[in-house]
Amino acid sequence: MAKKTDKAEIIILETADDMPPMPASMGSMRVNKTASWRSIRPIILEDKCRRCMTCWKFCPEPAIYPTDPPTIDYDFCKGCGICINECPFDAITSEKEGK
Amino acid sequence: MKKVLTGNFAAAYGATAAKVNVVAAYPITPQTTIVEILSEIVADGHLKADFIKVESEHSALAACIGAQAAGARTYTATSAQGLALMHELIHWAARGRLPIVLTNVNRAMGPGWSIWADTTDSISERDTGWMQVYCENNQEVFDTILMSYKIAENEDILLPQLVNLDAFFLSHTSQVVDMYDQKTIDSFLPPYKPTIKLDVENPRSFGALTSPEHYYEFSYKIAMAHEKAKQVIADTGREFKKIFGREYGMTESYRCDDAEYILVTYGTIAGTAKDAVDRMREKGIKVGAFKIRYFRPFPVEDVVAGLSHAKKIGVIDRAVSYGHGGAFFTESKAAMYGHDIPMYGFIAGLGGRDVSIEDISGMVGHMQHQDPENMIWIGVKK
Amino acid sequence: MIEIRFHGRGGQGSVKASDILAMAAFKEGKEVQSFPFFGVERRGAPVTAFTRISDDEIRIHCYIYEPDVLVILDPSLIGAVPLTEGLKPNGKIIINTVKDPRDFTFDDAENPQVFTVDCSTIALEYGLGTASAPIVNTAILGAVAKATGLVGIDSITEAIKEKIPVKKEANAEAAAKTFEQLRG
Ligand code: SF4
Ligand code: SF4
Repeated sequence: MAKKTDKAEIIILETADDMPPMPASMGSMRVNKTASWRSIRPIILEDKCRRCMTCWKFCPEPAIYPTDPPTIDYDFCKGCGICINECPFDAITSEKEGK
Repeated sequence: MKKVLTGNFAAAYGATAAKVNVVAAYPITPQTTIVEILSEIVADGHLKADFIKVESEHSALAACIGAQAAGARTYTATSAQGLALMHELIHWAARGRLPIVLTNVNRAMGPGWSIWADTTDSISERDTGWMQVYCENNQEVFDTILMSYKIAENEDILLPQLVNLDAFFLSHTSQVVDMYDQKTIDSFLPPYKPTIKLDVENPRSFGALTSPEHYYEFSYKIAMAHEKAKQVIADTGREFKKIFGREYGMTESYRCDDAEYILVTYGTIAGTAKDAVDRMREKGIKVGAFKIRYFRPFPVEDVVAGLSHAKKIGVIDRAVSYGHGGAFFTESKAAMYGHDIPMYGFIAGLGGRDVSIEDISGMVGHMQHQDPENMIWIGVKK
Repeated sequence: MIEIRFHGRGGQGSVKASDILAMAAFKEGKEVQSFPFFGVERRGAPVTAFTRISDDEIRIHCYIYEPDVLVILDPSLIGAVPLTEGLKPNGKIIINTVKDPRDFTFDDAENPQVFTVDCSTIALEYGLGTASAPIVNTAILGAVAKATGLVGIDSITEAIKEKIPVKKEANAEAAAKTFEQLRG
């Protein structure tokens, strides 16, 4: 049987019968919160940020919303660090998760 | 309504009667008229479908995959090198469990360039997960396309299907075809309603990375669907007979009951074999013909039930698996394992070489007087 | 089952003739099959086409090796290709020619019944083709109907009108005329 875990959105497929016939997700990526993959947490430094939105463009998830200043959705941010690398103004720093 | 049609027209009209929503195909001899007539039917508004023009067979099947995943009933057709060019996506369609129906006009693989009949093209797609059926005449082409959608779209099956017909011997041969009445066809084959599809209201991703944790199970599910398909094919054949009067199983026996020699074959050679059997019977030879319609799933149970009483079995392949023997032969022989009946593998008709009644009688003569072999070549010029 | 083999040259419409004959027989409730010899076609090259007509289901799917009837659209093929090969004893041969049936002998056939009709002239009378390349495929079918009794001339003319896109009437009338003028 498909089991819903405590984190209500994650669907775990235990048996072949639970699985769809083809490799199709059981829903959109909206239900697959990828926050648990994160080992570093990017943090936007509002003072240094020049609102160029480069981070928004590059986030592959996408977990950055084009607000003023941009905001990171920590439900979905995987901690890949691309935004940190791409910010032309060194306005994103990182912290280790779970310390 | 009965009409005189070539096999290609029977295929195109079959897809039309099945009310497909999307057609994407690229022309290749000898399949070309299928694409031509369908594009006309769509352009004239007789079939409300999208005809997607593509620049290759690879794109044709890609378009069908996208459309079928979005919930459309799709159709495509090709031959030989065209099918080979689709190969990557042939796997995709099966593993994506998309019940696409593809008419393949069996043509020899080049070089030497040949546009003539040979089933090596479709046999080469054996392990992709597609169901494969071979037709004997034009009526069977039309009927099989209708049944194919019904079988392929069954919730327990969801597998694409190759409908094969011999180049020229069917594709360009005219025969009488009963096309029935559209209302009756509609009641037999209601519109396609997939439970899982690409849908903006309920987004999903398809065909994503699959870890060893799940890939094995997906393969298992395809294998189980093939097993279930045997029953669904039989049931659909019976339902078809009730409505339209013609019955189709996975196999067909002709004068096999008391036969000492049984010739197993498929496609148009199966028809010629029936006439050959009649002639040999007149001479007192107890011979029967056994037609295999479905190559995948392979009808092991029917083959065993239909052949185990024979003294000798011959299998005629219009293709060869180099280094071993014809695929219908090796599969039949594996199915007959433990029965201890001598089995003869005949390779015939490659590249459009005609297989006459005389050739077929010669095979039975060979079985009467020679020892069994895996690869017996008929009529090699020596 | 009756098996008919057509012999012509590329461009003469032998394949169409085999189709129309099948269509005509179908109109009379028969099972039919028609197909060309599957070769690479070239204008002027010898072309073979086949028709099978039967009361029962036609299951055979190979070429015709022992025809009951031969239809020769181009007399220049006589002697050039083995036309009468496999012709059944007492088989019928219908030839498009100005000559008389008695002018033909076929040594390798057993008691063939030869019929002749000048389709080329008749075709030209009805404006079908040109003097150097008259189109005789429809015209000769009237002669085939008369010589074999396999199908009625009305079915032939109806089938011609269905299968031929232009000059429907002229094609049908040419067939009706060869039906009248058959010799043999
Ligand atoms: S890339 Fe850097 S500067 Fe540009 S918007 Fe993002 S955080 Fe701000
Ligand atoms: S770390 Fe990666 S996932 Fe997270 S916000 Fe930056 S780019 Fe997006």
